[in-house]
Amino acid sequence: MPPCRIGAYSTITSRDPDPATRLIAGVDFWISQLFNGVSYGALLFLLAGGLSLIFGMMRIVNMTHGSYYLLGGYVALTVMWRGGPFLLAVVVGTLAIAFIGIAEWNAFLKRLSGQELGQVLTTMGFALIFQDLALVLWGGDPYTLPVPAMLSGSYIIGQLYFPVYRVFMIVVAVLIALVLWLSLERTRIGAMIRATVDDPEMARGVGINVYAISMAVFALGATLAALAGVVAGGFVGVYPGADFEILPYAFVVVIVGGMGSLKGALIGSLMVGLLDNFGKALFPELSYFTLFAPMAAILAVRPTGLFGRA
Amino acid sequence: MRLPPGASRIAIASALLVLLVAPPMVSSFLLALLTQAVIYAVLAMSLDLILGYIGLSSLGHAAYLGIGAYSVGILATRHGASFWITLTVGVVLATAVAGIFGLVALRATGVYFLMITLALGMVVWGLAHRWVTLTQGDNGISGVPRPNLGLPWSFSRGIPFYYLALVGFFLALFVLRRVVTSPFGQTLVGIRESESRMRTLGYHVWLHKYLGCVIAGGIGGFAGVLWAYYNGFVSPSDLELATSVEILLMVALGGRGTLIGPALGAVLIVGLKNLVSVYTHRWLLILGGVYIGTIVYAPEGIVGAIRQWTKESAP
Repeated sequence: MPPCRIGAYSTITSRDPDPATRLIAGVDFWISQLFNGVSYGALLFLLAGGLSLIFGMMRIVNMTHGSYYLLGGYVALTVMWRGGPFLLAVVVGTLAIAFIGIAEWNAFLKRLSGQELGQVLTTMGFALIFQDLALVLWGGDPYTLPVPAMLSGSYIIGQLYFPVYRVFMIVVAVLIALVLWLSLERTRIGAMIRATVDDPEMARGVGINVYAISMAVFALGATLAALAGVVAGGFVGVYPGADFEILPYAFVVVIVGGMGSLKGALIGSLMVGLLDNFGKALFPELSYFTLFAPMAAILAVRPTGLFGRA
Repeated sequence: MRLPPGASRIAIASALLVLLVAPPMVSSFLLALLTQAVIYAVLAMSLDLILGYIGLSSLGHAAYLGIGAYSVGILATRHGASFWITLTVGVVLATAVAGIFGLVALRATGVYFLMITLALGMVVWGLAHRWVTLTQGDNGISGVPRPNLGLPWSFSRGIPFYYLALVGFFLALFVLRRVVTSPFGQTLVGIRESESRMRTLGYHVWLHKYLGCVIAGGIGGFAGVLWAYYNGFVSPSDLELATSVEILLMVALGGRGTLIGPALGAVLIVGLKNLVSVYTHRWLLILGGVYIGTIVYAPEGIVGAIRQWTKESAP
């Protein structure tokens, strides 16, 4: 974790009785936590945006999504160990995982449409296999992806540290969200994807190649998950168990935002990122509860999520 | 091949007989496996009520195991509560939580039900993981004593405890069989096959599903109580997402909607996990293969496949 943690500020508040200092420390605390929450939300958006599209179009419950994230980070790590630059690591990592995703979808998942039990168990099987293969290939030690010099360090404003890498994460997520939004709303392929999300049968009827579209969207989802993994590799690192650690978060984002809705995924990611950060900072004992309980409450009112359609 | 009438009953009866008489003759390692297997069988059978009879996939069933187990862990280590008290608290608490979760989750079906139960399961996991003053967080609660029922046998020894777990198994099997063969259970099957038809016939569909989920939660909590006493240790990993998926696998592998199938699935998965890990470090690879193989080769589970096979080859 970067230097701006709650601990530092709470010692300031307890030592210094001057109300003005305390207020500034309080404001600093809120700003830095807000920043942390938003940057974590950005990472979650990369991970969950694709999952949401996959959900919306194919109703596939993909437990392997966390594995794409993990493997993306590991492949990128290997590229950089071999001397490749960061950008090449990003490209190779995401392409490799897109390929894995396509293979998995083609060989198994496309046959299981509408069978959520079959999907859960099949993708869980793959998740376990990938977890074990990653352990064989990369061992059990945690690694951090070496990030380029221009992305390390912090912007310092007053007493606050804003790590450049976190800013970079936010920028990447905003760019990806923009590209996704523009291509979904403004291009022919985007219109085909939206049509397939809305009604696959009618889409097929008007001559859209639903098979190709579905495969492309699945590959896109896997690519984004891998990108999230690479980006996270320079932030929290790559380590065994990261796949199952992040998977519930991705699901929660998708559930709350509504399956198949890009806007939902964006707002869901921000909500989860902020709730997670503030929950951990303010109520450490109940932090997961403060994250998951509001989710359950939203679902109780709107079972299809905030922006989802049944 | 045509099986003689009652062949499946004879097979089940002999399997149960083996469970009854074999333990004193097996090694302590195998006895530990059998004990784990019968406890997980209770859990798998309780999930089968939701998956096999109501027809909904739940990704949060480990929560009930956790609630039962933590009830024992907290009450037995800190308050020296007796078996009967922890048993009552564990089952009642799990039933009550299932009552709340059912209200939330049953507003949805299919994939949405799956996702909501996942979120609810994570709520319970999150509390176990982070509410350190109550649950001791990641360290878990260790030193749960074996129960003392005031009987002449000490349950700290393997064989008496195995029989205690087996009694729990038969009790759960008896209750669940009564439930699924009752008019209530038959209505559940009807709802699974066609919800709209049952509604048209005047059945209160939601209430049936709700009660089914609540019963399943209570029995899941019962399994958790047994598990905590067996293991002597409770930790958040007992109720993580992977555990919930594993229980689903047990039900699917054995054959959903058969009760005895999920019990068989539990025995197989517990056996596989423990026996294979003795021989190779790559047991996760094999377990992953079992997940995929189940769906590819036996989508109706082992019991379902046997039923289909005997039916097809009959003239």
